[in-house]
Amino acid sequence: MNSIWTIARKELSDSFRNRWLVAIALVFATLALGIAWFGAAASGQVGYASTPATIASLASLGIFLIPLIALLLAYDAIVGEEEGGTLLLLMTYPLSRGQLLFGKFLGHGLTLALATLIGFGVAGVAIALLVEDVAVAALAAAMLRFIVSTTLLGWGFIALAYVVSVRVSEKPVAAGLALAIWFFFVLIFDLMLLGTLVASQGEFNPDLLPWLLLLNPTDIYRLLNIVTFSDGAQLSGVLSLGADLPIGPSGLWVALILWFVIPLTGAWALFRRRRI
Amino acid sequence: MSCFRLENVSYRYEKALVLNGVDLRLEPGEILGLFGHNGAGKTTSIKLILGLMTPSKGKVSVLDGEAGDPRISQHIGYLPENVMFYPQLTGREILAHFARLKGANLRQVPELLGQVGLEDAMDTRVKTYSKGMRQRLGLAQALLGNPRLLMLDEPTVGLDPVATADLYRLLRKLRDEGTGIVLCSHVLPGVEPYIDRAAILTDGSVKAVGDLAALRRQANMPVTLSLEPESTVAALEAAVNNDKASAGLMMRHDNGRLHVDVRPAEKMALVKALMASGEVRDLGIYQPTLEDVYVHFIGSGGLSHRGGAQ
Repeated sequence: MNSIWTIARKELSDSFRNRWLVAIALVFATLALGIAWFGAAASGQVGYASTPATIASLASLGIFLIPLIALLLAYDAIVGEEEGGTLLLLMTYPLSRGQLLFGKFLGHGLTLALATLIGFGVAGVAIALLVEDVAVAALAAAMLRFIVSTTLLGWGFIALAYVVSVRVSEKPVAAGLALAIWFFFVLIFDLMLLGTLVASQGEFNPDLLPWLLLLNPTDIYRLLNIVTFSDGAQLSGVLSLGADLPIGPSGLWVALILWFVIPLTGAWALFRRRRI
Repeated sequence: MSCFRLENVSYRYEKALVLNGVDLRLEPGEILGLFGHNGAGKTTSIKLILGLMTPSKGKVSVLDGEAGDPRISQHIGYLPENVMFYPQLTGREILAHFARLKGANLRQVPELLGQVGLEDAMDTRVKTYSKGMRQRLGLAQALLGNPRLLMLDEPTVGLDPVATADLYRLLRKLRDEGTGIVLCSHVLPGVEPYIDRAAILTDGSVKAVGDLAALRRQANMPVTLSLEPESTVAALEAAVNNDKASAGLMMRHDNGRLHVDVRPAEKMALVKALMASGEVRDLGIYQPTLEDVYVHFIGSGGLSHRGGAQ
């Protein structure tokens, strides 16, 4: 446990040193406040629209941004140590590969969690203070759910980045594959799902289709933050499938947690087999 | 308790036999030189002892335990070839990080940095360090937690002569305190005075192992006598040929001295005969150096046929 914390501590202090943490938190706060005030500009008004609309807009943006940030933060976790020449040395210390990987995850995970909490937390507090007739309890609950689910989504993509990082032996390759992961889950997956739906002309088992959404963590995240608010009214595209899912919010939370536990376990198994 | 013991160890990587039936051991308070051409299996042997890989065949035991066991690796210090560190951290931060990982006392950090001569640079970032400074930091890192087994791969690369001498002095001190030390180096004349035993590896097997005297005996290489004649070189030459046992020896002369290559077993007989002849004014005896012995065992193919990947 001590070694895990030593590794995590170094990652965390690296994030402070290279100002990653501050930069991410700033981006999040700016985004949240920008959306809160100007999110409704398209409908001809400026000012705070409503909590559900704000969270929904934030989640839509988060889907693009969070996976990208998480992948960038973590893609070189192992391959970077190897290219830097420190992996071999670390492995001669009383430190197992699992401890190194989980230590990295703790460090990167805490970095992302802190940035999310600070960035969106500050925005939430600002909204509560500046908007006059906002329901503070509802806002706090929504913000909390948003922050926790954003963190979980980020952890999922950190774990996916590790799967790449323990497998390849060159940093540029890891970066390329990380981008491919982003591309697949954020852009391709929903298109593929819609395509399947249309091409099968209703022959696809309609009971099975909603479950396919669980194969993409960004869809789970979207469902958690949008569906639970809007009674299905604002849903469009593949998300409307989510309304048919019989597992409810708690099932979605479990699914999002599994989305970082399973890739992380997989990365660990792959790392143990890597030749150093 | 042995520092490590390799018994009939083989290691195979993608069908290539990297190590083949290696037997090697190191006792506490001993410095073992590990020599061999590129790809001979030095690095692989070290990685097996560190527990980074497991042998395909044979047994590796380290400090009476299993290689790679955290309780064992806590007592091993290792300096890799071309050691690298996190460039954005300072020397002190890096050493503290590794001290925590090793469970060493953090008080050792400034102490060791002072010992390797980095006290003035410990708070600057490692990316500004020269090769020699990185090497010193690597040494400090290897000494964390007072290891009982120390393995150094090319420790003197980038060090100036004074620092090199300091290093060897330090290694001697550690050896006298009971640390077992493995030294891999290509600078054979540099390490020769400091090692207790040498192991010479070629193509994955131990070609010869023992102290320098034993290796010389095993190689049975000629000793060179350098003779200054009392009168003329020709007279001296005649005196050498006079001695029955040594007639027909390799002789050459330059600068008015005569050099005679003689088998170690026949050396004393020849010296006595020459003394008796009265033709010798001065006498020098040159034993084969570690480098000569090494070349003898490795063969002198050199660059042409030795290029194996590490």
